[in-house]
Amino acid sequence: MTESSRSLVSVKNVDKVFKRGSEEIHVLGGLDLDIPEGEFLALMGPSGSGKSTLLNLIGGLDRPSQGSVEVGGERIDQLSNRRLAAWRARHVGLVFQFYNLMPVLTAQKNVELPLLLTHLSRAERKKRAAIALDIVGLSNRNNHYPRTLSGGEQQRVGIARSIVTDPTLLLCDEPTGDLDRKSGDEILDLLQALNREQGKTIVMVTHDIHAAARATRTLYLNKGRLTTEPEE
Amino acid sequence: MKYLYLLWSNLKRKKMRTTLTLLSIMVAFLLFGYLGAIKQAFSQGIDVAGLDRLIVRHKVSIIQLLPEAYESRIEKIEGVEDAVHQTWFGGVYQKPSNFFAQMPVKPEEYLKMYPEFVLSDEERNAWLNTRSGAVVGRGIADRFGWKLGDRIPINATIWSRKGGERTWEFDLVGIYDGAEKGTDTSQFLFRYDFFNESRQFGEGLVGWYTVRISDPDRAAITAELIDAEFANSPNETKAEPEGAFLQGFANQIGDIGFIMMSIIVAVFFTILLVAGNTMAYAVRERTNELALLKAIGFTDRGVLALVLGESFVLTLLGGGLGLALAWLLVSLGDPSGGSLPVFFIPYSDLAVGIALIAIMAFIAGILPALQAQRLQIADALRR
Repeated sequence: MTESSRSLVSVKNVDKVFKRGSEEIHVLGGLDLDIPEGEFLALMGPSGSGKSTLLNLIGGLDRPSQGSVEVGGERIDQLSNRRLAAWRARHVGLVFQFYNLMPVLTAQKNVELPLLLTHLSRAERKKRAAIALDIVGLSNRNNHYPRTLSGGEQQRVGIARSIVTDPTLLLCDEPTGDLDRKSGDEILDLLQALNREQGKTIVMVTHDIHAAARATRTLYLNKGRLTTEPEE
Repeated sequence: MKYLYLLWSNLKRKKMRTTLTLLSIMVAFLLFGYLGAIKQAFSQGIDVAGLDRLIVRHKVSIIQLLPEAYESRIEKIEGVEDAVHQTWFGGVYQKPSNFFAQMPVKPEEYLKMYPEFVLSDEERNAWLNTRSGAVVGRGIADRFGWKLGDRIPINATIWSRKGGERTWEFDLVGIYDGAEKGTDTSQFLFRYDFFNESRQFGEGLVGWYTVRISDPDRAAITAELIDAEFANSPNETKAEPEGAFLQGFANQIGDIGFIMMSIIVAVFFTILLVAGNTMAYAVRERTNELALLKAIGFTDRGVLALVLGESFVLTLLGGGLGLALAWLLVSLGDPSGGSLPVFFIPYSDLAVGIALIAIMAFIAGILPALQAQRLQIADALRR
């Protein structure tokens, strides 16, 4: 593995079991995955195949039942809750299908949210949020509340929030799933630019084959197993 | 401070609900403050009662009189430094609703016994030189708009003058102030010699004695010695600390403290449910947003602190406004137009109020906050 393609994410022999009452649901079983730094990876697969579960494990939002998850050389599955939260704040940017913006905050304040966990001054937070909004092309919408923005604009705010801390890894859970084709394309353009121009490593869960086509690699998840080709 | 706008924005989310909850909390603390002032008014003097003073009254009842001659006998008892007598005059000014305490006393002895009644030397001398002179507290003077030199007619309900005349006229020669905030400034004091010589009956009899003792730690023993002195006489006595005497006087119209406390506890319990309900709804509605905060790096404790912080901001605003409003209303004067001359919110009650704000905020917020703390991010984001 060359320096430019060294593994940023390394998932080894991961099982994930959910318990619903007395029933055990095996979502992932013995899964291995390596994601090189700077890759734009698309994860596809049918509903319930465990795509989002895998994304959550990579992002430290959940823990594997077994196996290891290493990101940037750190075993995140072994971190305490507190250290894991700090790790997420430093290294992960999250983009959601339904944007997950705070309706009571302006675009600017939504983008500033992750910076509240830093020691930056108020002025510096404001400046960085403005830069992030400028990157996503929303510098003229700083003081707009989410309800006054279109779906595409809300997702741009979501992306601005995810990059404002300059994270190593961007995790996108169906980022175009709630958007029309045109807005979806704009979001994908933006993600592609972040990957190509700023070298962000992106993992994107999607059902959309057109969206997956923008990625540098596509993997398919079915019945807890990863393949390079979709299963029939 | 950087989280304050986040807390405030969340409270503004449902403006109507927040406003109603805020008003409920405000009313509770307004009641707390205002009832505290009323309780203080009813227990006036108890807090400032001298630890070194005993009250000696007739063993049967306060309305039974004692011989004036007891004064010198009391003063001879071991542990007694001084004794002065007072008598309940029970008159009214102009109309029956203008009712307040009037008492004939020996001026010099009385002012020595009650140094908390502050009178200028000039007014003191005027009182000593004027047989029909009266000295009144600042509260009662303000209530009726009296000023020095006024001639004040008081209609007696008990003590007629010789010849049957029921109106007594006094010359206002002094207005005293209280040395402490709780000092009773509603008294109307006039000279005992004038009263004793002019009254139609009861010459040589007085209402009760105030006794200064040398050692407050021996108050019970000194009280026993006084009562023993007059045991088996036609006028047996009951000696007790001044505070207990005043408390007993206040309790004649019921245990005001208990009544007030019952009202306040009921109100606070209700408001606690209201505030707790608001916080529970606020968290349940925002499960997804709280999960997002955790996802972007807020710790479990950080989210707990945010929810508790909201509860504190809400309660602090409502409670603070309530106490401030109570303070304002109380400072406008007593609602009876002068019957409650000692009418203020004691600082101790304000401190209790602030502590109650913190307790209410904690109780209302802790369960929703713990619920938020325990949220599993992946589960909650899907909701």
